[in-house]
Amino acid sequence: MVIALVGNQNCGKTTLFNQLTGSNQHVGNFPGVTVEHKSGEAKGRKDCTIVDLPGIYSIRPYSGEEVVTRNFIIDNSPDAILNIADATNIERNLYLTLQLAEMGKPMVLALNMMDELLGNHGSVNIEELSSRLGIPVLPISAAKNDGVEELLELTMETARKKQKPKKVDFCGAGPVHRCIHTVSHVVEDHADAIGVPSRFAATRVIEQDEEIIKRLGLSENELELVEHAALEMERESGLDRNAALADMRYRFIESVCADTVVKAQESKEQQRSVKIDKVLTNKYLAIPTFLAIMAFIFWMTFDVIGQRLSDLLAVGIAMFTDWVDALLTAYGLNPVVQSLIIDGVFAGVGSMLSFLPLIVVLFFFLSILEDTGYMSRVAFVMDKLLRKIGLSGRSFVPMLIGFGCSVPAVMATRTLSSERDRKMTMLLVPFMSCSAKIPIYALFTAAFFPGDKLLVMTLLYIGGMLTGIVAAKILSLTSFTGKPVPFVMELPNYRMPSLKSVLLLMWEKARDFIRRAFTVIFLATIVIWFLQHFDAKLNIVEAGDGSSLLSLIGMSVAPIFAPLGFADWRIATSLITGLMAKEAVVSTMGVLMNASGSALAAALTGVFTTQSAIAFLAFALLYTPCVAAISAMRKELGSGLKTAGVVIGQCCVAWIVAFAVYCVAGLVL
Amino acid sequence: MTLDKLPIGKRAVITSVGGEGNLRNHLLDMGIIPKTVVSVRKTAPLGDPIEISLRGYTMTLRKDDASKIEVLPFEEE
Repeated sequence: MVIALVGNQNCGKTTLFNQLTGSNQHVGNFPGVTVEHKSGEAKGRKDCTIVDLPGIYSIRPYSGEEVVTRNFIIDNSPDAILNIADATNIERNLYLTLQLAEMGKPMVLALNMMDELLGNHGSVNIEELSSRLGIPVLPISAAKNDGVEELLELTMETARKKQKPKKVDFCGAGPVHRCIHTVSHVVEDHADAIGVPSRFAATRVIEQDEEIIKRLGLSENELELVEHAALEMERESGLDRNAALADMRYRFIESVCADTVVKAQESKEQQRSVKIDKVLTNKYLAIPTFLAIMAFIFWMTFDVIGQRLSDLLAVGIAMFTDWVDALLTAYGLNPVVQSLIIDGVFAGVGSMLSFLPLIVVLFFFLSILEDTGYMSRVAFVMDKLLRKIGLSGRSFVPMLIGFGCSVPAVMATRTLSSERDRKMTMLLVPFMSCSAKIPIYALFTAAFFPGDKLLVMTLLYIGGMLTGIVAAKILSLTSFTGKPVPFVMELPNYRMPSLKSVLLLMWEKARDFIRRAFTVIFLATIVIWFLQHFDAKLNIVEAGDGSSLLSLIGMSVAPIFAPLGFADWRIATSLITGLMAKEAVVSTMGVLMNASGSALAAALTGVFTTQSAIAFLAFALLYTPCVAAISAMRKELGSGLKTAGVVIGQCCVAWIVAFAVYCVAGLVL
Repeated sequence: MTLDKLPIGKRAVITSVGGEGNLRNHLLDMGIIPKTVVSVRKTAPLGDPIEISLRGYTMTLRKDDASKIEVLPFEEE
């Protein structure tokens, strides 16, 4: 049995999904599009899968999310729709409910945050609401796990009985009613043929939903009849068709709510939000506070918590490696195989894993920002700035995620409703220095700027952003000349983040990273180890030997970096392996220079001058993102050629900026 | 008067929603329809967008888009 979980943004949908499924979740993409969705087995019910569809306000196609939701319900025909609505904001939430009910699938409405409504002296007459809407309704509190078990039971029961929503004529009497019923008759046969209710088809056709009109395959004559009915409605109601239908739905909701809902006066949560916003979106304090919050997160991640855990883990891994090495020596394993295991796999994967704490800690903070509702305030505050480079405040969030990892950031661009903004944001994401590049910065700052670690790091991040701004400006004047997306966004009340949601997200990111470490990076280390230990005639050579395959590749590429001051084949080779994963840059340097930790930092001072080290950092900051990010981009851009263009373009930008930096550094130092 | 000109804190009733295409439909879906009561909460630190309150929730939109929404301010306040 498949249950589709549908609801507005910010109504507690993710919290409910987590309560229903626990950690038993899988992330996937819908075929053909890259809107991410999660599905999971309901806790203790082997036969029940819950699909978490994107948070939307309407099924009218506005961005990819709405299309995905609508098509999933029509094409995949889930056994039931579980619609979750925020009881404290019931009018707007029920708007989607009415549209979903029209789709004629078994459906249950969960009224979330009931505890909050009751706590503020509001109430809902559940039975009456249920009878007026024609669907079962259940009050819950997802955050407190109240009523979730009963909700699952009720939804499964509704699905088993194939209990469709009762036909409710919520268009009342009047011109809209006449129009919908006329059009229903016209499209009836076509709707039956594609398996959707005629009323649903009618409203979609009146609202000029192109895809549904195409699917229905209406004749010229029928389309004319529809148009005639719609014009008649527009003339009689004095509203155009879109406004008339929206008005009809909201009128119905208002009348239902008037009879069934006692609204809370200004709730405690609202008052609290207003108070918090007095600081967080204050005219003078908003931007400094935002910068302070980000600085705090970076400090915690890259210094206080993350880095310390990371160092601890590195020590542990080193001890484990030595232990295995000794064991293998005692066993008398073939030295070549032992070298593959210890110098290849353990060195590569091990150095990667020690960065796991950084990523987990960063996502801990980012998910708190998201769950509290602060991210939408960031978009509100930053919108005007981003508009200057031709984007909207909403692009800020994917870019912010880009500081963690480009892959989820590229995926997060899907929340943007215009293709132009989506593509442009995607191209800018790689300029936001991802956390996998931190080991590179950490290594080089330790070697060349031991006293100014934080300063250099900050400059690098700012440098990346500045390059991004210039790139955006150029893009918006050349290839993205269209209009920026309208910026219309809910500002939800601030809420305490649920620890469970935060932990689940951290676990998800950690799992993803570990999986990458043991797949992409595992493979990369073996390939590198092979290239490094064999020469062109496949004879075994010593690590770091000038005749190995890897040296040959590195040597042929190295001259490109001569103007940047680091034409060393080992550095060139490290940058090449960085294509597999940015973390591999440092691990490759380690293998090639036969050193690690502080010894590696010392070895680097023999290869770089301070001037060329700065140029290298600039290049590493800006050059092509890793394969995982490239593949995510390819999916979004839908073209291998464009993706290749982006990768090459990125490398060119990196080289030019690094060269400029090298020249400037030469003058200053 | 248009919504972007509505003084902060003053309540008004929406009389018409202009604009076109996706943006307009989205505004309608969010409950910005004629006869709805709306008020402006604040302006973003950089002067734009604005924060408005309607139907018991808060949302943000740009002044440019708000200028397409006609409102009639309440007299008594």
